Amino acid sequence: MSEDQFIHYQHAHCESGVTANLLRHEGIDISEPMAFGIGAGLFFGHLPFLKISGVPATTYRIWPGAIFKRVAERLGVKIHAERFKDPASAMQALDSVLATGRPVGMIGSVFYLTYLPEAFRFHFNAHNFVAYGKQNGQYLISDPIIEEVTSIAPGDLIKSRFAKGTPEPKGYMYYVTGTAKDMNMAKAIEQGIKQTCFFMLSPPLPWFGNKAIFLLADKIRTYPKKLPPRKAALYVGNIIRMQEEIGTGGAGFRYLYAAFLQEAGLLLKRDDLSEYSAQLTKIGDDWRNFAYHAARIMKARTTDLVSYDQLSDLLMICGTQEKELFQKLRKLRW
Amino acid sequence: MNVNEVPQDPRNIKQGDTVRKKIYAVGQDGKYTGINSVGWDAENTALKQAWDDIDETLAETEKQVRAGGLSPIPYFMQKNLMDLALLARYMGKWQWQVKRHFKTGVFKKLDSGLLAKYATIFNITTDELINFGKRD
Repeated sequence: MSEDQFIHYQHAHCESGVTANLLRHEGIDISEPMAFGIGAGLFFGHLPFLKISGVPATTYRIWPGAIFKRVAERLGVKIHAERFKDPASAMQALDSVLATGRPVGMIGSVFYLTYLPEAFRFHFNAHNFVAYGKQNGQYLISDPIIEEVTSIAPGDLIKSRFAKGTPEPKGYMYYVTGTAKDMNMAKAIEQGIKQTCFFMLSPPLPWFGNKAIFLLADKIRTYPKKLPPRKAALYVGNIIRMQEEIGTGGAGFRYLYAAFLQEAGLLLKRDDLSEYSAQLTKIGDDWRNFAYHAARIMKARTTDLVSYDQLSDLLMICGTQEKELFQKLRKLRW
Repeated sequence: MNVNEVPQDPRNIKQGDTVRKKIYAVGQDGKYTGINSVGWDAENTALKQAWDDIDETLAETEKQVRAGGLSPIPYFMQKNLMDLALLARYMGKWQWQVKRHFKTGVFKKLDSGLLAKYATIFNITTDELINFGKRD
């Protein structure tokens, strides 16, 4: 397992992409949608009281590190994951694993990833990428959201791994240590779907899961009344940025999960999963419609109540349809 | 979304057009497949809005620094896309302490250790920090 054997594949989402790439390196044939579904990556959260860079936090994904751990656990893959107190020990640990020829997954801030264009480089601290070797003092990087492999200077990598803010990665890194002889894909798919249904439907608090989509819809309705026009537009803009940029959350995640349901349906020869995949594709289109309308509001810079009400209604459609779909998925017989 | 509906609106913002994201869409056979996209107008609008807001605020702050109303700290804080909470976290200080350093009078009296720490966080030299906005 030398470093030149690591094959980089581009994916839609960072953590499911890293997970697929790391497992493929071990000879496990797994697609990104499969990793996303088994790892139950789909989530929703809106925390009006937690402001990041002055705007309320909205998340479309499960907490960082969860997808990789869950996929490994469900497929019987042995892994090691670790956080560090200081950069020196974190970089030493990285170097010693790379020296054995194993690629290493890491979480870091996008702001310090110098290989990305400035447009994307915000203080977003939950990005996943892989280091697969070292050359001329630079770390060789496979970042699943870009097409080709790249590299980064140690100083910038340290800054990214030890970024401050919300959340703080603290040098978090993870890698595969061993694979299982036989994997039960059917069981892993079942566990992944059940967990996503649980996280979307069961949280008793209004800020998490499907309920939070309706909370956000209610909040959007109040923006033009409570906020100055510029701020209202910024709040809406942030929802869309978290949804579609580096995070890929809104429509992108629905298509990703729909791709998972389709693949699972084919693998397990279940038409019901394929049917739910098609339904989720339509819901993805609704999320796109929501983003499209939000962009129109941003461009117009208006705070007329009607357009914000309409935007809220569009989000309610997403929430309602999704609730129905996850209720059906929850009732699946295995 | 079908593959032929995958948007291809170039993201001409701060070199953002160098990344072609992968997007899942439904092909003619009804199967999902990955397609590269150069961008989507709705996303580009949100991204541009965020950068315009940053650039406008930064220009306003620069004016105030040059007029002597603010120290260079808030300028470089904003240039590094930080807010007061994040900068205070990096400095290992309370927010009110960092906020005091926004005052030109307080800034002039900062010791070299603190200035060096700020400069490191902002990825500039101490000289660049001290001399920013000074009138010749």
